[in-house]
Order: sequence, then structure tokens, then C-alpha cells
Amino acid sequence: MTFRKYLVLGGVAFFAATGDGFIARGMKQVGNVSLHRLPDILLVVLNPIIALGVLFLLVFFACYMAALSWADLTYVLPATSVSYVVLTLIAKFALHENVSLTRWLGILLISAGVGFVTQGPAFTPPREKPEELAGASVSTRIDS
Amino acid sequence: MKSLYAWGAIAMIVLTSTAGDVLLSRGMKQVGDVAELRRRVGVFAVLARVLKNPNFLLGVTAMAVAFYSLLFGLSWGDLSLVVPASTSLTFITNAVAAKLFLHERVDQRRWMAALLVAGGVVLLAV
Repeated sequence: MTFRKYLVLGGVAFFAATGDGFIARGMKQVGNVSLHRLPDILLVVLNPIIALGVLFLLVFFACYMAALSWADLTYVLPATSVSYVVLTLIAKFALHENVSLTRWLGILLISAGVGFVTQGPAFTPPREKPEELAGASVSTRIDS
Repeated sequence: MKSLYAWGAIAMIVLTSTAGDVLLSRGMKQVGDVAELRRRVGVFAVLARVLKNPNFLLGVTAMAVAFYSLLFGLSWGDLSLVVPASTSLTFITNAVAAKLFLHERVDQRRWMAALLVAGGVVLLAV
């Protein structure tokens, strides 16, 4: 894992949290979208804050795809759950929302999970070529 | 009855978003390290390669189905049930699916991470 790769994982968490935050704030400005006027949902992107949120979520998706191109899914997913921690910190310190004790406990659990996974290897190397697999399969079966 | 619908939607979200994540992960592994590729062939060639990958396209489709299932789920159940239940269950099913379909080495450390994050997500919503 290089610094650049940690930066991409950080980007996933940051852009997911801020993108969701912008969309949540924008939707509060827009107000309820009635089920009877469902096409209105297409017009909400004209709201600048929602447009910004969509842009941030696009960057999130690009970072997520980049991370999946060089790391395991079971490595990337817990690492990206840092976004929940970021979102709660934004809620507490930028939006001045009340964050309850159970939510802090939730953050603690998520952080612990992320700590666990990032200590291990990021990528499972591809399996051996078929001709080597015949010999190797016996030992891997014993291992597992 | 309504809660049965809500749990049906949750099951659908978990299933489709797990399928989406697995397909996207498989697609991106087939594409290869995008940073390295970009240096070799340029950003547009990388984009073309990603957008032409069938696993990637299927993954995006599965994610879209998951999103619409979420919208249906939200109309049948409470936000505070549907979102944390589906998100936290997805962390666990993803670990299982990654082991089964992507043959990732999901060791004790990764199981612990999946369980802790799933538990943490539930607590955030309480």
C-alpha cells in the first residue's frame, strides 16, 4: 500500500460523506417530492447544492472503482465505512446536531473494524495457473 | 403485512447490492490497476476499457436495482429500519460473497471487521 492508495481510500470516504451531506441538505431545501408528481425528481438536480452532491458522488464512484482495481472488496468496503464516521463528525461539528452516546459507540465499532482490516494485506494474489493447481489444491484444502 | 414488504425490500436491497459490489469488483480486477493503466494508455482508453467491461455494466445495473429497491423499501418501512438493516447486512453478505465468488482470502481479521462495521452501522441508526 502506497500513500497514493491510502489517498484514494480517503477520497472514497470523504466524497461519499460530503456528497450525501450535500444531497440531504439540498433535499431539505427542495422539500417533499410528491409521489403523484414523480417526474419532479428529475428537476431536483437543478438545485445547485444537489448538483454539487451528485458531482461529489461521481468522484466517490471513480475513487471506489479505482480502489477495487487494486484491492479486495473485503478490504475496500470496511475501509470506506470511515465515511460514516466522517458524516457523524460533520453532523456534530458543522451542522451542530446532537450525537447520542450509542452513535459514538457505533463510530467506535466501525473504527475498530477499519483498524482490524487495514492491518492486513490489501489484495489476495490471483490463484496459481491450472497446471500448478493440481498439486497445490491438496495443501490449500488442509489449510482451510 | 407492511413490515413483511419492508423486509422483502431489505432482502432485495441486500441481494442486489451484494451482487453489484461483487460484479464491480470482478470487473475492475479484469480491467487492472487503473493508475498504472492510465500512465500506459491514457485516461480515455482506461474509461473505454471500464465502460466496455460486461461485469462492470452488470454491476452498475444491479446497483441501480438496489437503489430502486431502497426507494420501495422506504415507502413500506421506516428509514430507521430499512437503511441500517440493509447496509449492515450487506457488509456481512459481501464478506461471504467475496469469499465464495471472488475467492478472496477472508481471514479472521476480515470477518471481525465486517461484523464490527455491521454492528457499528446499526448503532449509528439507533
